[in-house]
Amino acid sequence: MKPAPFKYHAPSSVEEALHLLAELENPKILAGGQSLMPMMNFRFMMPSNIIDLNQIQELSGIEQRGQTIYIGAMTRQHDIHTSSLIKNAAPIISDAYDLVSHRQIRNRGTLGGSLCHLDPSSEQPCFISALDGTIDVLGSNGQRSIGIEDWTSMYMTPAMLETELLLGTHFKPWPLGHGWAFLEYSRRHGDYAIVGVAVLVTVNENQEITKLAISICGISFAPCRLKVAESTLIGMRADQHAIDVAAQCVDSIEDIMEDAHNSSEYRRHLAKIYTQRAIELAFQRANNTHHGQNTH
Amino acid sequence: MDKIHIKVSVNHQAYEREVDSRCTLGDFLRNDLGLTGTHYGCEHGVCGACTVLLDSKSVRSCLLLAVQANGSEITTIEGLANDDGTLSELQQAFTECHALQCGFCTPGMLTTLTELLQENLSPTEAQVKSAISGNLCRCTGYQPIVDAALLAASRLKAKLIHSAK
Amino acid sequence: MDIIDSKLLAKQAYIGSRTLRTEDTALLKGLGQFVDDIKLENTLFSGVLRSPHAHAKIISIDTIQAAQLPGVHAIYLHKDLPPSAQKRLPLNTPNAAITLVMTQEILASSEVCYVGEPVAFVVADSRYIAEDACSMIEVDYEILDATSDCLDALKENSPLSHTTAKDNLIATLPLSYGDIDKAFSSSAVIVQDIFSQNRGSAHPMETRGYVAEFHKATSQLTIWSAGQAPHLEKKTLIDMLDWDPEKIRIIMNDVGGGFGPKAIFYPEEALVAIAACDLNRPVKWIEDRREHFLSGSQEREQYWNIALALTQEGKILGIQLQMTHDNGAYLQWGVILPYIGVTTTPGPYVVPAMNVDLKMVFTNKGPTSPVRGAGRPQAVFAMERILDKAAKVLSMDRANIRQINFIQPEQMPYNVGFIYRDGKAMIYDSGNYPQCQTLALQKANYDTFASRQEKAKLEGRHIGIGIANFVEGTGLGPFEGATVRIQQNGRVTILTAAAAQGQGHKTTFMQICADQLGIDLSLIDVIAADTNAISMGIGTFACRITVTTGNSVFLAAQNVRSKVFSLAAFLLQCEVSQLDMADGIVYVVDQPHKSKTFSDLARVSQGIPGFSFPKGVTNGLEDTQYFLPSQAAYCNGTAVVELEVDVETGQIQILNYVMGHDSGKLINPLIVDGQVQGAVAHGIGNATLEWMRYDEQGQPITTNFGEYLLPASEDVPRVSIVHLETPSPLNPLGVKGAGEGGTIPAAAAIISAIENALDDASIFLKDTPMTPQRLFEILKKPATAPQH
Repeated sequence: MKPAPFKYHAPSSVEEALHLLAELENPKILAGGQSLMPMMNFRFMMPSNIIDLNQIQELSGIEQRGQTIYIGAMTRQHDIHTSSLIKNAAPIISDAYDLVSHRQIRNRGTLGGSLCHLDPSSEQPCFISALDGTIDVLGSNGQRSIGIEDWTSMYMTPAMLETELLLGTHFKPWPLGHGWAFLEYSRRHGDYAIVGVAVLVTVNENQEITKLAISICGISFAPCRLKVAESTLIGMRADQHAIDVAAQCVDSIEDIMEDAHNSSEYRRHLAKIYTQRAIELAFQRANNTHHGQNTH
Repeated sequence: MDKIHIKVSVNHQAYEREVDSRCTLGDFLRNDLGLTGTHYGCEHGVCGACTVLLDSKSVRSCLLLAVQANGSEITTIEGLANDDGTLSELQQAFTECHALQCGFCTPGMLTTLTELLQENLSPTEAQVKSAISGNLCRCTGYQPIVDAALLAASRLKAKLIHSAK
Repeated sequence: MDIIDSKLLAKQAYIGSRTLRTEDTALLKGLGQFVDDIKLENTLFSGVLRSPHAHAKIISIDTIQAAQLPGVHAIYLHKDLPPSAQKRLPLNTPNAAITLVMTQEILASSEVCYVGEPVAFVVADSRYIAEDACSMIEVDYEILDATSDCLDALKENSPLSHTTAKDNLIATLPLSYGDIDKAFSSSAVIVQDIFSQNRGSAHPMETRGYVAEFHKATSQLTIWSAGQAPHLEKKTLIDMLDWDPEKIRIIMNDVGGGFGPKAIFYPEEALVAIAACDLNRPVKWIEDRREHFLSGSQEREQYWNIALALTQEGKILGIQLQMTHDNGAYLQWGVILPYIGVTTTPGPYVVPAMNVDLKMVFTNKGPTSPVRGAGRPQAVFAMERILDKAAKVLSMDRANIRQINFIQPEQMPYNVGFIYRDGKAMIYDSGNYPQCQTLALQKANYDTFASRQEKAKLEGRHIGIGIANFVEGTGLGPFEGATVRIQQNGRVTILTAAAAQGQGHKTTFMQICADQLGIDLSLIDVIAADTNAISMGIGTFACRITVTTGNSVFLAAQNVRSKVFSLAAFLLQCEVSQLDMADGIVYVVDQPHKSKTFSDLARVSQGIPGFSFPKGVTNGLEDTQYFLPSQAAYCNGTAVVELEVDVETGQIQILNYVMGHDSGKLINPLIVDGQVQGAVAHGIGNATLEWMRYDEQGQPITTNFGEYLLPASEDVPRVSIVHLETPSPLNPLGVKGAGEGGTIPAAAAIISAIENALDDASIFLKDTPMTPQRLFEILKKPATAPQH
C-alpha cells in the first residue's frame, strides 16, 4: 500500500503556501498526515502535489488574545491536550482529547487538519461547535472568519475555497465555574465516536440554568447543536427533569445518518443516552465548582 | 520522480540520503538505512507496529514521509538497548513477563512504552493500557505487556531513588 | 507407553519450569529476521493485480502501458507461466466426498471467483513502482452473478459460484453413530435452534510474504517464507514447477504470527519462484494488509441447525445436526475444517447417538481454511448454547446440566463414536472434565454469582455469567521429526522442520533436550523451519508441535544420551552404570578426573580414519526420530466469563475471565499461560468485535482495521488460568497441545453471559458477533418464548 507519485513542497511561510495552493495542479495540504496519509497509502487520494505545512512555525501555538483563546491550525493535538491554559479555560477540550484516537496520532495530528477533514464522527469539530468557535482562513482576497455553524459545506467538505488556507480557530472560553462534559460512544478506546456529545452549562446560585450549549457529532455531516434543548432549558433547574427534556429534543432531529455498521435508529438512541449522560456530568461539575468558590 | 536530500539522526547516528518524495519514513528506515527492526503491519496507521520516536514523540512511521523527518532525531527499537548492548529495564521486563511471542508488534510496544515511562514512572495499570491502546498484538493478549511495563516502571523508579541517595 | 529405563531418565531441571525464552533477545533489539527483513543483493520487488469483482469472466488484459513504465522488469499473466504452473493448485488434503475439486490457479486464466483473486504479477525495482504498474494494467471483465450466502447458494435458482460447475455443493458428508431414532423417539425433551457464526480471520501482525532466490549455477531454488509449513510449501512447489526435489529449499526465519492462514500454499509463492528463475534475480513479494483482508484465508462462517434430545432429568440422549459450511471460492484444506467442527460437537459430554448432515458450499467470497480454533469454536458455540437452552427449558442450573452429562475420568479412554480427521476412531485418551469445570467455577466464584447479580440489579447494573466446555484433538500425526546432534565443538544442535510463529518452540525443544543431556540451554542451538534440516515434515497447525516434535526431540535426545554413555564407557574403559554426565562432560562418578567432553566424544564418533567402532557403538552422537502418535491427544478446558452489559448502549465489559485448562504435562508453563491469554483475545474478537462482511454481490465491506475491529489492550482482561495436568498416555512426555484452547469456548461463554445479564429471560442469543448494535435490535423487540 504505497502512495502514488507526487511532487513535494515544504513552504516556510503562509504566503508561500498560498501561492503554491493557487499555482499547483491537483494540490493537497499535508498537515498532521494522520487522515491524509492512510488515504494516500490506499490510493483513495492521489494528489499531484503535496504542500507540507509542517515547517510554517507561525501556524502553531495556543494563546490568550484578550477575551478569546486562539489555537493555530497546525497546533498538535497533543499540545492542546496537555496545555494548562486550555485545561483551565476550556476543560471540555482536554476531556475530549482523552477520547481522540491514540497518543501516536495525537502527537502528529492537528486541530486544523481535523477541522478541514471534517469526519462526521470526529470529536474536534464537535467541541469547537459547543464553544461557538470561529475559524480564520486566508486566501488571495485576504483573511476572513467563518463561524463553526457555517463551517460545514457538505459531507467532509469545509466552507473554504480550494485556494484558501486555514490559519487557526478561536473561541471565547465559558465563565469560570461552568460545567462541562465530553462523552462519546465508541466500540473501542480511541475509535472514532459513533456518537459524541459536548455540553457546556452555567448555573446560578439557585441551580437554574443560565447558559447551555449541546453539540452532537456522529449523527449528521456537521456537529449538530441541539438549539431547541438549549433554549428550552434556560431558566429550568439543573436536575433530572431538565435532562429528560433535553433528551426528548433529540427526537426532533430530522435526518440522522447511517452506514453499514450503525443504523440511524441506533445513532438516535445513542445520541439520547449520551446527551443525558453528558448533561448530568456537566451539571455535577457546575455544582461542584459552585460550592465554596466565588463565581462571576 | 524528484529526489530530495535529507539529513536525519537515527539512534544517535547521523545519516544523509537522497529520498523519493513519496517514500514513507518506515520504508526509509527499513530499506535505505537497513534498520529492519521497525515493522509495517497495516500501512494505514492503526496497528502501531511501525511506531518510532521522532524528537522523543511516538509517531506512526507509515504515516510520515521520509522527507518530513529531515533534521529530526529518531529512535527506533534498535536504539533502546543500553550502550553496552545489554537489555534496557523495559526490554528485560518484557522477557521476564513473556510480553512478546512473535515479536512483530514489539517495536511499537517498546517505543510507545518508552515514551510513557519518560512521562510517568508510576503509571497505573489503566494508564499503561491506555498508552498502548493504539498498538495491536495478536499473540500475547496484552496483559503480559502491561505487566512488563509496570515492572519496568517500578525498577526504573527504584533505580532513580537509589541513585539520588 | 514405553517403560523408561530409570538410568536413562535424566533429572528434570527444565521441563515444567518457567524458562525465559531464548528467542527474545534478538527480537527485543530489533534484530529479528522476518521475511521482509531479508535483504539480498539485486532483489526485485513485486505486486499482484487482483480482481475487483466477486465473479467475472476475463475478456482481455492489456499490459502494454504498464510494461513500459520505467522500473518494471516483467509482467506475468496466466499464459506466461510455465505449463506445470498453469494447472490448478494441488489439493493437499483430498477426500472422496468432494464432488467438485476446485482449487485456485496461481493467476486466473479466464474466470475470477472472489474479490482479490490474483490476475497479474508485476516485478519491478520497488514495490512503489510495482503498484504504479498494476494500476496501469487494463482488464476487460464481463461481470457475472455472484453468490454471497451459502444457504442461498444451495437453492435451485442460485447463480453458480463457478460457471464450469453444475451447482455450488462441494461435498455432502453424512456422519453418524448410535441409534439416533431411538434417542429422539424416547426423549422427554427436544431442544432445537439455528446458530450462525461470523466470518473473520486471524490477522497476524505480519502479513504473508516470500523471497525467492534462484542460483543458476547450481539450479538451487531457495525461498524464505512467512509460512507455517515448510515441507508443504516445498512439495507443492515441486509439483507446480516440476522441480528437482533435492534442489529446492524452503526456510522460515522469524514469522510474525500465523494462527492458521499461513499454513496453506498460496499462489504468490509460486509466482516469486517463477519470476526469480525467469529473471535470474531474487524476487520479493510482501502482502499488504488490504491484500490480506481480500486473499488471506478466513473462516468461521457456518450455519448450525442443532437439535438435542434429553431425558426429563437433563441427560443427553442424542444430537441431530445439519451444518452448512461457507467455503468461499476455492478449496484450500479439503473437508477438514468443517469436519473438525462437527466431530468436536459432543465435547466432554456423553452423547450416545449423533447424526450429522454436513454440506460444504462454494461462494464467491474469500477462500477459507483453519483459523485459530479451526472450526471448533462454532461447534462449541452450538453445543453450549443448545445446552443452555435445555437448561432453561428444564429449569436447571447451567453448570449442573453440564456436570451430569460429563464423561467421567474412569471412562477414559472414551470412544466418542466418530472417526476423527486422522482416520482413526475418535477416542479421548485422558482428561478430568468434571474437575476442570469444578475448579474453573470455584475460581470464578460461581456459587456466589446469584447474589452479586442481585446486588448489581439494585444498583441498576446488569451482570451475567456464562460457562462453556470444550475438548480438542491435538498433536495430530503423522509426525514432525527432529534430529539431535552433538557437534565437534561440544555444542548440541536440534534440527527440525517444525515452524514457529511466536510459540516459543525453540526454547521448548531446548528444555526437553537439555534435561536429557544434562546441559544448560546456552549449549544448545536450534535449526527450525528449514526443509534442509530434516527430510520430511508436515507443518505447524492444530496444536501439534509440542506433541510431535517435542516427543521426537525427547526420544532423539534420549538415544543420543545412550550413545554418549556407550562410547564414553568404551573410551574410559568402564561400565555405563559407573558414568554420569553434566554440563557437556561425561565422567566416572567415583573418579571424576576420568572424563571425556562432548567435544572429545563427538570427534571420535564422527569417525577417525582407521579407527573401527567397537561392537554396540554406532557412528555419530546424533539421532533422528519421527515420533508417530497413534492418534490425537485430547486437551480440554472450561471458560467461565462474568461480564457487565450496558443495556442502554449494548456495550459489554468483561469483569472476570477464568479458564480451566488441561493440556497434559506442561513443558514451559510461562509459554502455555501466554498461549491461553493470547488465544482468549482471539475468542473475544470472535464474540463481539471481528466481523468480515461481504455484501450481496460478494464485495467485501470491511477491508481495513478501522472497520474490522481487532481486540486492543482495553478489550482483553487478565485471564485467570487454572491449570490441570492430566498427562496423555499416548506419548512419552505426556503432553497435549495448548495453542487454541483459549479461543475455542470463548464466544459460547461470552454470549451466554450476555444473555444471562439481560432482564428478559425469554431472550435467546444465537449469533456472533454480538455487537452493541445487534444487541440493541434484540432488546428493542418484544420478547419471544424459546422454542421447544
